[in-house]
Amino acid sequence: MSTLSTRPTPHHPGTDRVLRRRRIRRTWGQPWLYIPLAGALLLMIAPFLWMLSGSFKPEADIRRVPPVLIPTAPTTANYGELFSRLDFTSMFANSVTVALAVTAGNLLFCSMLGYALAKLEFRGQRAVFLLVMGTLMIPGLVTFVPLYVLVSNMQLSGSLFGLILPFLAGPFGVFLMRQFISTLPDELIDAARVDGCRELAIYWKIILPLTKPALATLGIITFLGSWNNFLWPLVVAQNESQYTLPVGLALASSGQSFTRFGILLAGAVVVLLPVMVVFLVFQRQFVAGIATTGLK
Amino acid sequence: MSTKTLPGRGDTNQQSTAGPERRAERRRLPLRGLARGRQARAAWILAAPFLALFATFMLLPLVWSLLMSLTDTSSSDLRTPLNVSFIGLDNYVRLFQDEQFFTALRNTAVFVLVALPLTLAAGLAAAVALDRGIRRFRAVFRVGFYLPVITSIVAVAVVWKTLLEPRAGLVNLVLGWFGIDGPAWLADTRFALPVMIVMAVWRNLGTVMIIMLAGLQSVPQSLMEAAELDGAGAWQRFWRVTFPLLRPALLLTAVTTGIGYLQFFDEPFVMTDGGPLDSTLSATLYAYKQFGNGNYEMASAASYVIFVLIVALTVLQFRVLRDKD
Repeated sequence: MSTLSTRPTPHHPGTDRVLRRRRIRRTWGQPWLYIPLAGALLLMIAPFLWMLSGSFKPEADIRRVPPVLIPTAPTTANYGELFSRLDFTSMFANSVTVALAVTAGNLLFCSMLGYALAKLEFRGQRAVFLLVMGTLMIPGLVTFVPLYVLVSNMQLSGSLFGLILPFLAGPFGVFLMRQFISTLPDELIDAARVDGCRELAIYWKIILPLTKPALATLGIITFLGSWNNFLWPLVVAQNESQYTLPVGLALASSGQSFTRFGILLAGAVVVLLPVMVVFLVFQRQFVAGIATTGLK
Repeated sequence: MSTKTLPGRGDTNQQSTAGPERRAERRRLPLRGLARGRQARAAWILAAPFLALFATFMLLPLVWSLLMSLTDTSSSDLRTPLNVSFIGLDNYVRLFQDEQFFTALRNTAVFVLVALPLTLAAGLAAAVALDRGIRRFRAVFRVGFYLPVITSIVAVAVVWKTLLEPRAGLVNLVLGWFGIDGPAWLADTRFALPVMIVMAVWRNLGTVMIIMLAGLQSVPQSLMEAAELDGAGAWQRFWRVTFPLLRPALLLTAVTTGIGYLQFFDEPFVMTDGGPLDSTLSATLYAYKQFGNGNYEMASAASYVIFVLIVALTVLQFRVLRDKD
């Protein structure tokens, strides 16, 4: 609203209508915009509603033509079969284990190197920085074949370590942590040194507690990336005991024997729901973190 | 080297004979010699775990994959990866003689060239509508539009596959209400790829929206008022004032989204396996299939070609969207 448009206007018959319209605009903005926006919102969440409804449909509803939007006799049979026949319990546990380990590794190792690059002086600092940043944009695709050869020769492809180790420390985390730690005041570190604090203790006791916002952002991004990761676990996991949720779900959906939609949709709910709940609870911090890093 | 200290602090413990350079040195390191050595040691200790992992799982495979693309490595060499012969650029020659690889490249190009501008436009439109257009329920729309971004592509692809079922799916049901007889989307060479483009826009416009919203909020109100006083209409204000200020953020999202799109894989893998008739075969899926068939050298060569394309697209975007000065 500019100051110009709020200038008092001379009274004439149309004034009341103009004032009312202005009041509506102040509280609602452009009222007509809500119609296309609501339509777009419905389109955006329709797949999720369909998924949720479908996961509770009995087999008879799933096959019905034309389809029904709401299950006639809601059932949890799909979820039951998912966990008994497809062993989604162990896949869920694998996904959680891998994502937690990868996240912990990135938080620790990236903040360590990020601090060294931001605040300590050592020979080769610039070379290390350029080397790590140079790989920031390199897609995982380029390294996956030799990585597979490497990991299978290290005898890691038969265990979850093969899913964890290659992702334990990535350049993005270093970038993020270094940027954030650079903004912390040097005086803090100098003061700690004068007080006789050892170098590694400065990192652990002073820097790390101060980087919580950046750690939270990195944690969210890393956890999500790992949870949704597909190509690498697909290549490395040798048998069902190492499948993560996306791998199990994808193989179940492409297999010839298994095309029962109700179970697949229930599987999609199990993959998506934990992440969605976390997102809805923490959406404010989440969105702020994404916006500041400018990256997914 | 920049020095960051409190102003005036260094002066108190400085000898007057010290030159400006020495003085700067002094200020940065109040305790010299021993302290510096200790600092360097601490730095390497802190850097060591990352660098060890990084060297093993990033640098080594990166170089190796380039070398592998110049050899005849196949799955039979899995246990003896060093026992292979060097065959120069043969793999690349074979790659570019393969019709299927060109099909994959063409599909990837169509996917990126259509989906990327659509995603940017949709995200920007959503951001402007939420920032300038409405005042209530902003958070509801923001969360709803962003929700698909955090989802697993595999799970989403499974859901879309059922949505698009010709007879039992939601899409054709809704089209039926308007008297339209929807096709078998994923089994039709004309529709399979466009469907995946729509899905990509749906899943990624939230990222663009969030970053553009942050950008829009940083546009100074005074600038907009000045433009309004100068008689600029809403349209002009957007394109002449707001848009140039959004350009850097838009560039960043264009690059990251573009890199993701060039590697699209999960959608065709789950929904069509590259079919029908290779109409959704992406370059990454091609590389994966080569790998699956044991042709490690071809898979490496194909990945390097995609990598070069990613670098090219990034450079191109910096050229096009760079600030004009």
